[in-house]
Amino acid sequence: MNRIKQYFEDKRGKKSAVKRYTRSKAGNFALVFFLVAGGLFSMLPLIYCVSTSFKPLDELLIFPPRFLVHRPTIGNYTILPDLMASLKVPLSRYVFNSVAITLFTTFVYILVALMAAYAISKGTFKGRNAIFWTVQFALMFNAYTLAVPQYLIFSKLGLIDTYWIYILPPMASTMGVFLGKQYIEGYVPDALLEAAKIDGANQFKVFWSIVMPTIKPIWLTLLLFTFRDIWAMVPSGKIFSEELKILPQVVTQITAGGTARAGSAMAVTVIMMIPPIIVFLVSQSSVAESMSSAGIKE
Amino acid sequence: MFKNKDNQAAKMPAASKKLSSFSRDKLLTEHIPMLTMLAPFLIFFFVFTIIPIFASIALSFTSYDMISPAKFVWIENYRRMIVEDTTFSVTVRNTLIFAIIAGPLGFLLSFVLAWFVNEFTPKVRAFLSFMFYAPSLVGNAYFIWKVAFSGDSYGYINSFLLSLGIITAPIVWLKTEGYLMTIVIIVQLWQSMGVSFLSNISGLQNVSRDMYEAGAIDGIRNRWQELRYITLPAMQPMLLFSAVMQIQSSFSASTLMIELAGYPSKGNAVDTIVSLMTDMATVRYELGYACAMSVVLFVMMVAARLLVGKILKIFEK
Repeated sequence: MNRIKQYFEDKRGKKSAVKRYTRSKAGNFALVFFLVAGGLFSMLPLIYCVSTSFKPLDELLIFPPRFLVHRPTIGNYTILPDLMASLKVPLSRYVFNSVAITLFTTFVYILVALMAAYAISKGTFKGRNAIFWTVQFALMFNAYTLAVPQYLIFSKLGLIDTYWIYILPPMASTMGVFLGKQYIEGYVPDALLEAAKIDGANQFKVFWSIVMPTIKPIWLTLLLFTFRDIWAMVPSGKIFSEELKILPQVVTQITAGGTARAGSAMAVTVIMMIPPIIVFLVSQSSVAESMSSAGIKE
Repeated sequence: MFKNKDNQAAKMPAASKKLSSFSRDKLLTEHIPMLTMLAPFLIFFFVFTIIPIFASIALSFTSYDMISPAKFVWIENYRRMIVEDTTFSVTVRNTLIFAIIAGPLGFLLSFVLAWFVNEFTPKVRAFLSFMFYAPSLVGNAYFIWKVAFSGDSYGYINSFLLSLGIITAPIVWLKTEGYLMTIVIIVQLWQSMGVSFLSNISGLQNVSRDMYEAGAIDGIRNRWQELRYITLPAMQPMLLFSAVMQIQSSFSASTLMIELAGYPSKGNAVDTIVSLMTDMATVRYELGYACAMSVVLFVMMVAARLLVGKILKIFEK
């Protein structure tokens, strides 16, 4: 694996010699100001959700509605165990379903999508261009009218009311393949792959130990898109057994409690947002390390 | 093992070397592994996406209410859409206006913000991008805009304008035809810092540093030249991805309009093709007609995709 090591070492060595043009101090200040102002504006709904989840009942019903809470209470959170006690299946079952399904599906999808992306972008077999255009065009067909034919396929395959309904349909998602293909084509140089092949690595090994570390920024990004979507998935009309349901469906039951439950509904929404937020922060702050840590293990 | 094969091949005459490396070696070491890696996705894609797409195209030539069997009606749905249905032509116009303004603006904004944010250290960058990505994390974040644009004097915007004395009576923002399109475009831009924004950031991460160095030697003088001659060409693949995602989200927008302005909106000002399609499929149970609309929308999006591909080629080098 010497050649590959050499490749990355060359890359790292050159990094120190980089000369970039910098902005004036005033320009920097203006940029930071603009970004923070825009960022805060974007944060409004998140702030509203968190603030509302701490509102006592009278503040929830007040008109005109207040943006921020005045007399915060944790009552909306402490009542949750009581609300959960009336569920037909213990809460732990829903938590287990949600966590297991989300982690498993996210992991498998990233692998499936990026393997396909690698094959389409670096393969030389015939028809890969046709496949790529099909993927792009399929992305544009409105998902709405596909629901009925898809439902028929799910029921023909016996997927209705099984765990598979959470796992298999997301595998067909075209976005990850398109994103991965663009990234591999743009940022994985052929020279690197050639070096690995001359060193005797087979295609699977090249994919796993060379392509995957190089494209770390993109699978981290794909990870958070997939995690967010699957975590919040509501497979309406496809799951009937209570013990197969996941957390978003429990949330719907609590939200259905009307205005009196509005505070608790918001508290549950806030709790449900925590895992995607953690995944986001962890994945995005490690994106940066990609180039420097993309060394090859021997 | 590989080396042995190479040696063998080297001893053979040139013509047969070419043949054998094409037919056997390449098949075994390249095509078969590649196709094996492609296969899982391809199977799921075919079963859950391609078959439903063809089924949907087939349904567009039928009259189907999801209860009685579909009845083949040739191009009746398409004829009705173009000749009779005046609402449809309004929705086409709205969809095009919305897509032509919000699409390119969202594309530019997601690149410019990513470009800015990318210059910070990893922790700061993660936090800044979190702020911009927040609307996508909260999910249906429209409620905040409903309160902001509320038609009474308590709506945030009305009360702000009233207190400044710019207006004397509250404006019913979401029920006034003239304001609706502008409002939905603003909200769309605000919530569009999702997929394209983050993929742009990860693309910028991998713009190789050698390129900037080489550029400096070649006489790049300022950040604008650097952007034009190094960053943009290197970002080409991510820009194409981002453009396709913008086409997809701007042409198929409807939830945003329905949440803010209701369906039908005042004077059909912001009813889009997908709003009408959703109404056809879920309220009137005319699935065949809805499928025909989705086929027309698909053709429009493909045309936009081909056009965008041509435009982006300008920045290639």
